[in-house]
Amino acid sequence: MSMPFYVSPEQMMKDRADYARKGIARGRALVALQTPSCIVIVAENPSTTLRKVSEIYDRIAFAGVGKYNEFDQLRVAGVRAAELRGYHYSRNDVDARSLANQYAQVLGEVFSTSGPKPLEVELLVAEVGDAPEHDRLFHILYDGTLLDEKRFCALGGDAEGITKRLESTYRDDLELATAIKVAVAALSGPDRNVAAADLEVATLARNGRRRSFARITDDAVTAALR
Amino acid sequence: MTMPRFAAGDDPGASFPDLLRKLGIDPFPAAALRGEIGRIDSLRGTDTVIPHATTCLALTYDGGVVMAGDRRATMGNLISTRSVEKVVPADDLSGVAIAGTAGLAMEMIKLFQLQLEYYEKVEGQSLSLEGKANQLSMMVRSNMPAAMQGLSVVPLFAGFDPLVGRGRLWDFDITGGRYEERDFVAIGSGSTLASTVLRVGWRTNITREAAVELAARALWEASDADIATGGPDILRGIYPIVASIDSAGWNRVGDDALAAIFDTIMREVRSR
Repeated sequence: MSMPFYVSPEQMMKDRADYARKGIARGRALVALQTPSCIVIVAENPSTTLRKVSEIYDRIAFAGVGKYNEFDQLRVAGVRAAELRGYHYSRNDVDARSLANQYAQVLGEVFSTSGPKPLEVELLVAEVGDAPEHDRLFHILYDGTLLDEKRFCALGGDAEGITKRLESTYRDDLELATAIKVAVAALSGPDRNVAAADLEVATLARNGRRRSFARITDDAVTAALR
Repeated sequence: MTMPRFAAGDDPGASFPDLLRKLGIDPFPAAALRGEIGRIDSLRGTDTVIPHATTCLALTYDGGVVMAGDRRATMGNLISTRSVEKVVPADDLSGVAIAGTAGLAMEMIKLFQLQLEYYEKVEGQSLSLEGKANQLSMMVRSNMPAAMQGLSVVPLFAGFDPLVGRGRLWDFDITGGRYEERDFVAIGSGSTLASTVLRVGWRTNITREAAVELAARALWEASDADIATGGPDILRGIYPIVASIDSAGWNRVGDDALAAIFDTIMREVRSR
């Protein structure tokens, strides 16, 4: 019989966290900003078909960074959880907080107990309210840590640098076009230019319609960046 | 409620009814009630009376389709509701109307609307119009055991098809049979009356205004001779639902416009 090597729990968690962090840092980042008219989510994504940002429910959007297949599975699970809740109860009973908790539970469980490796993803669950103070930005880390963010939120590789840049440029009275500009400047940093074709931009509009999620076309993004 | 997650080979995909079944929820429970209603009736010596909804119609016009339906639900010889909405948008570019057992029909519409949106979100793109009609056909088929006991639901589906650039419409039978109609169709108890009016009045490429008026006229004639079809309820201000669907989507005709159309019809009837 072979003797397994002893690995202390601290070491194991640290190894797992390093593994997940490395995987996430390889991908490109995204940011979400609250504005008076909407929540805008801007992701660096050269693909036009493999989406990072998508609709979950009437007022709720999902965004993921890291490994596409992993966060896309979580996205579909989120759509299912939300639709089931709405089907059982009412559309008004579906909220971002419960969804974020469920995501945190799944990620935490995979990170610490089940699965050969942690999920290399970070998620954002955003919900638009009737006023900016009722918006929700939940940021969920690879280990299930759940953060309730305000004003703006950055996910993925170099999130710290992006947050630092946003801290000096973000204002709470931004118009959509300016908000996109601010977001892209924070994502790209001072030494780089990101073209509209390499961006994925979507909003959760505060317009009172049932489905508030909308994608912003490349042309509109180009115009905003001008 | 926990987040539903499935192994790769066990995933229900973009079908919401399949997801419900995976979780042990039967989306068409009435279909499982084989013979129950008949048994209850024989115990009580009565016929169980369940609300029914009645006349709905759809017709094409130049650029889209018009759908219309009366507002009455009946329970045997009684009116159970005066303001049922039997014609509703299914999604941005299509609408669905129902005749048959009201409770099951409402549930089917809810599930159908949900399924179209669910598919769009899971797959990242909408179903084609034909795909939507097919989905509805499968739902009607799932309900067939209930239909065989008299709890039938017969929908009408219409919408604007961006792939061919015109309005299209389908009717269904209780077995889930799906029939695309070219010009117009009516379903429900007053359907023979309504479709006669449509047959006489329909012209190729009529305008939206003419199609709306023809739909109102067809409903008027149906309600005039079929007691289960409600006419314009002027006393309470409840008018039939008439809506057009074109490339810009669902556009319901306002009650004021309908009141004017029915006013004209009534004036004509009075001067006959």
